[in-house]
Amino acid sequence: MEIPYTVVARRDTGLWNAKVGIWLFLASEVMLFGGLFSAYVFLRLDASPGDWPHGLLNVPVGTMNTAILIASSVTVVLAWASLKMRQFTKYKIYMGITILCGVIFLAVKLAYEWPQKFDHFGAFIKEDALEKYEPYLGNKHLLAKDLPPRKEITGHLHNKEALNDPNIKEYEIALDQVNADPTNPVNDRPHFFYVPPTKKIATIEKADVKYANMFVPRHSAYFASYFTITGLHGLHVLGGVLVFIYFWLPIGANMYKQNPEHLANRVEVAGLFWHFVDLIWIFVFPLFYLL
Amino acid sequence: MNEVPESHPAEAEPQDDHTAEHVAAHVRKYVMVGVTLLTFTAITVALSYVNFGTMKANIAVALLVATFKAGLVAAIFMHLSAEKRLIYRNLSFTAFFVLGLFWLIYLAWYNPIVR
Repeated sequence: MEIPYTVVARRDTGLWNAKVGIWLFLASEVMLFGGLFSAYVFLRLDASPGDWPHGLLNVPVGTMNTAILIASSVTVVLAWASLKMRQFTKYKIYMGITILCGVIFLAVKLAYEWPQKFDHFGAFIKEDALEKYEPYLGNKHLLAKDLPPRKEITGHLHNKEALNDPNIKEYEIALDQVNADPTNPVNDRPHFFYVPPTKKIATIEKADVKYANMFVPRHSAYFASYFTITGLHGLHVLGGVLVFIYFWLPIGANMYKQNPEHLANRVEVAGLFWHFVDLIWIFVFPLFYLL
Repeated sequence: MNEVPESHPAEAEPQDDHTAEHVAAHVRKYVMVGVTLLTFTAITVALSYVNFGTMKANIAVALLVATFKAGLVAAIFMHLSAEKRLIYRNLSFTAFFVLGLFWLIYLAWYNPIVR
């Protein structure tokens, strides 16, 4: 059975069917991500000063991934344009670059950014013990500068068994620079380049800790939102890449021979989805990485 | 908005505004938009290291740039600047309901019902 209106427009809608379909789907996607962003904004506004982590993500890597995604948006529209101009070789090249960009984006996320977070540790200090850990927090310095207080000590956890063993009474942390030298003005605002934990070791008693964990979703509302939204976004990138690979394989060439306009339209709707994924990232990047 | 001319036979060319010549004329524009988006990504990063007084001001500036970038993607890459009426109609509902989602924050924040 032939699918109707894959190339010609329906008289009543003025559009070929897949175009209507993808836009209805994207409308539902806007609601999906809209709900998540709305929840994120709510959580963020509700967090008291110092409770919302800041500067924990790697900005240059995030910037690079943003650039990769934008570049792939350009190449996918060029792939579609090539099909429209009946330049199949160019289409293959542009689509190949798009797929490569998507794969790099996912690889950076899954093989570098996320594992680095899972290996990082943070301990939120109880309100009444903040004074005790002042040498690592530098809150008097921050107060004098009218900056939000620090309530968390972060770094590389040396005794990982402390997370699950109730007999171990303290955490041993190789401190992040911000906690190793908290009154240094260079640490007042997040660093652009990633700064690895220092060699300075701090011992934090579990009794003084409100909550501690690796940088996993349950660490905080911040990381819960981060992993949910970037995870869902990553699944979309994966979905887009799989569809692009399908069109890039010989099956695309066969379709091109039979009806080039049909392939062009398929690439256009897949491209619309891809641009949407790019559009979501345009908001994810500043919200999570920069602010 | 682009209305379908009633006299235009819908079965003829696929879409009047997406012919090969039309597309060829736009390729340069697509690349330029890409370059603009990359430039504004760099600007967003740079602006986040500028202190605009309060965190709220910094968030507002970043979201303003992001909205501009998203607008470019939607208008040019997704061809929303010249789309058929049906699409706009559908999206007007989406816009309404997604604004509703953010209105929930306002409701939760100011709690006007109990107040």
